[in-house]
Amino acid sequence: MKAVTARAAFVLGAALALEGACRAHLVSPMTLIPPSDMAGEALALLTRPETLNSLAWTVANVAAAILASIAVGLLAAFILHRRPRLRRALDPFLASYYAVPFFVLYPIFVAILGLNRWPLILIGFVFAVPGMLIAVLDGLDGVPPIIFKLSRLYRMSRAQTIARLTLPAVAPAVFTGIKLTVAYSFIGIIAGEFILADRGLGFAIADAYNRFDNRTMYGLMLLVLALLVAANSGVHAAERRLRRRWERP
Amino acid sequence: MVGSDAHAAFIGVTKVFPPAARDQAPVHALGPVDLALRRGEFLAVVGPSGCGKTTLLESLAGLVAATSGDIIFEGAPVLGSAPEGLGVVFQEDASLPWLSVWDNVAFGLRRLGESRSEIERRVDHALAFMGLAGFSRAYPAQLSGGMRQRMCIARTFVMRPRLILLDEPFGALDQQTRLLMGDELLRLWRETQATAMIITHAIDEAVLLADRVAVMSARPGRIIDLVETGWARERDSRIVADPRFGTLTARVWEKLRVESLKSIGRTSLQEARSP
Repeated sequence: MKAVTARAAFVLGAALALEGACRAHLVSPMTLIPPSDMAGEALALLTRPETLNSLAWTVANVAAAILASIAVGLLAAFILHRRPRLRRALDPFLASYYAVPFFVLYPIFVAILGLNRWPLILIGFVFAVPGMLIAVLDGLDGVPPIIFKLSRLYRMSRAQTIARLTLPAVAPAVFTGIKLTVAYSFIGIIAGEFILADRGLGFAIADAYNRFDNRTMYGLMLLVLALLVAANSGVHAAERRLRRRWERP
Repeated sequence: MVGSDAHAAFIGVTKVFPPAARDQAPVHALGPVDLALRRGEFLAVVGPSGCGKTTLLESLAGLVAATSGDIIFEGAPVLGSAPEGLGVVFQEDASLPWLSVWDNVAFGLRRLGESRSEIERRVDHALAFMGLAGFSRAYPAQLSGGMRQRMCIARTFVMRPRLILLDEPFGALDQQTRLLMGDELLRLWRETQATAMIITHAIDEAVLLADRVAVMSARPGRIIDLVETGWARERDSRIVADPRFGTLTARVWEKLRVESLKSIGRTSLQEARSP
């Protein structure tokens, strides 16, 4: 059985089991609604302007956090790779980075940036950027030195070397970093909206939860899940396409 | 002194690497080396492990700066950057895995800004010459080690270098493939009329390929013998059956054996045998 088929079978099996449990009232409808109802509600929510506004707000925030994390993470990785002393100095901070509860910084971000989307984007960014940075640093460590000898033989400039040799050589690590960035940006921003915002999908989920509106809450949760799966699938597909070219036996 | 027919030369070249740690001494890797490459010849350099063979090659390629002495290529000093007209084939796999075979071979030509038609003509010719025409759209991961090395050789030759440096290019290949690759290399050398210098551990490979074999001492590497093979320019691996092949190989080994023992800290085979 192919991995994709096995994965689809697992998800379908779990959904069917949950559906059966809900329909047989083994699970209270106050706790969980059947997955088919969640799907129906999610589709219905997509026709409502307020949901589409929330979706657009969240997607824009996540996209901004992802792009900023990729750009800054990539640049920082190249700088740290070329500055071993700076890297050694920062290593303990990177290692303990995720021990810091960044949400407590939200009031400071609001005070500095105002009560708008930017504090949320910043939360997503600070959550996601180390994933990109560490993955690309690892990738740069693995670039074979022969690449740089070729660069000198062909008398390439530093910019040409980065564009034509280093970046392609480090591309698999960049994809790993992008996948982490996507996941962490979603977590940071949805959680930020959930706790601290007055707009967005995270806020809408929290609002439905507070109103005991299970149908809306689960419909929105399914939308968030679908959004995350779609984003990750896009990155995976691009990576697979690249790897198929390089690693065909 | 460098003769007028010298294509490249090392004059009193030394290389001392700085200590890797504070409590270590600097490593005197090379020299002084005095060696001239005649225009159009095939020179092989053999020597014990760690004697500075690769450092010698990389200093001529402009990849390593000599500590003292002069390195001359076509009358001009090599000063820490790769001179134009020089190509290098490395021991390591230098293929670029994200590029097809065709694009790998075209890589250097594109950097030079050659026209598309000229790139196509030269790459197609190089691939056909190296027997890779049927694999032009393949990726390095789809090729055997020997084919990948042929691709790297094609990438060097397509630039039409006047001096080709080869750093143990067949080190990772089996004996039969090495012999056949040697034949291909000789064919390419004849066609391009380039000067070639190969670094190798294998004495038989050196004697088979080269017009002259330079034997290096244990570290710090110096040239302790230059053996003229006297082979005709038209030659291939069948010369291993020539009685002179054995004589030449024995002469090179005689010199190299003593240096190899020195490189492992022994002065005689007897001592090497004793625990």
